[in-house]
Amino acid sequence: MNSGLRKRLESEGFAVTAEIGPPRGADLAAVRHKAEILRGWVDAVNITDNQGSHVRLSSWAGSLAVMEAGVEPVMQVTCRDRNRIALQSDLLSASAMDIPNVLLMTGDHPKLGDHADAKPVFDLDSIQLTWTARTMRDEQKLMSGRELDPAPDWFIGAVENPFAPPEGFRAQRLGKKVAAGAEFVQTQFVFDIPAFEGWMSQVRDLGLHERCHIIAGVGPIRSLRALDHMQHNVPGLHIPDEIARRLRGVPEDQVADEGMRVAAEIVQLVREIPGVKGVHVMAFGYERGVPEILERAGVGAREPDYRDPGSDVQPGSDVQGSGHAG
Amino acid sequence: MTQALQGAGPAMGAPDDPSDGRLHPRPRRPRFTARTMYRIQRLLRPNAFYRVLAARIESLPVLRRLFTAAEEKVKADLFGCQMCGQCALPVTGYACPMSCPKQMRNGPCGGVGRDGSCEVYPELRCVWLEAYERAADQGRAADLSRLQRPIDQRVWGQSSWVNYWQGRDEELWTDALWTDEGVLDTRPELVTGHA
Repeated sequence: MNSGLRKRLESEGFAVTAEIGPPRGADLAAVRHKAEILRGWVDAVNITDNQGSHVRLSSWAGSLAVMEAGVEPVMQVTCRDRNRIALQSDLLSASAMDIPNVLLMTGDHPKLGDHADAKPVFDLDSIQLTWTARTMRDEQKLMSGRELDPAPDWFIGAVENPFAPPEGFRAQRLGKKVAAGAEFVQTQFVFDIPAFEGWMSQVRDLGLHERCHIIAGVGPIRSLRALDHMQHNVPGLHIPDEIARRLRGVPEDQVADEGMRVAAEIVQLVREIPGVKGVHVMAFGYERGVPEILERAGVGAREPDYRDPGSDVQPGSDVQGSGHAG
Repeated sequence: MTQALQGAGPAMGAPDDPSDGRLHPRPRRPRFTARTMYRIQRLLRPNAFYRVLAARIESLPVLRRLFTAAEEKVKADLFGCQMCGQCALPVTGYACPMSCPKQMRNGPCGGVGRDGSCEVYPELRCVWLEAYERAADQGRAADLSRLQRPIDQRVWGQSSWVNYWQGRDEELWTDALWTDEGVLDTRPELVTGHA
């Protein structure tokens, strides 16, 4: 499969991914529009799978929409809503529709979303789903052992939260995902650089950075309300006091800008950490801020070399002033 | 990832609302120490006697029901057992992963709070933290590196002891992925003969 993300990572380039959450409503125009903003700035864009257990357009439909807009998708697949039959079927379909990357995760619990009365499925966990995908692709068979002809092909991704306890197990858990078949991993938001460095050091000790591409999650906090929410309502996320003080220390109308500056600084800091191969920029609906963060961090637009031959995509073609980005 | 950021909806019912029911297990701190459990486990290892006993129990419906009910009572009280019938306790520090609301067999999810709280039931402690600490404390941390295969959803409600003694659990998990000497670069098989 022609995964530009894989090519970028394997060519030792610094990869950039972003994230689009499909809308609540039967229209993909917003997804296409966001993809156009990101086109030329990212190697691929994640399409979330009913994020936060809130009903949205599906990740496969969103993936097809961003492909139409000339952007490579990373289709997120959670175990929350589908059993092993539906999961394998959707994975096959993704490959058949030329979706080149999948990101396999357990998913949030339905209790946290807008249908708390839903049946939680969790027939598989993220590691078992990753293992299933690798088996489908590399051994050309289903979990049942039945043969697949032809076998699917995608670049297999996973997620990890370096900041959630137990501290001593988080790198090891990534090791399990790698053994199960994960080829790249995107992390939870990095705000706590020392904690992230500690995790990366464990990752390197286990040699995982040589078997799996590590992409650090970053994103801007653009208001004190968002800061408050992230500090108190988001499980598994830690924002160091130093960053909170910086954001609270500027006039209200400058919080957004300070948040963008912090995000750009974090991109620069994680880029220096040995073994980090890219950043995953999560901007919660503020997709047009992604190029700005990247430019401030000196990452710049993508070269066209990694795109499909025949693609007419120009880097940063929809973003003013992108041409001179380094 | 950002999933949780998109907004936590209103929780329906009180946190300890029993109406959450059978499909919403809660993380459970085991009653006995891991040390005690590993000792007891030595007495329960499969052997010829247990194999014959298990086959006998299974062949007599009344005995099977009584035995299974007794197992359920004991294990529900000790571990919050959900009767999946495919017991992982020997390699999870005797903390039951099926008491996790997401029933994760391979370790904790990314939503564990910094204080160790469960994402779904914040007033309760993540059962995988229990598992990790209990296993590590007994020198069994490498157990948690085993890849746990997907369970057979047909086995719910069966006696896991009867299954265990008859050797049906042997493919539930792989060997440890790492040892004291380091990480093994293995790619274990998902599909086994039992699939």
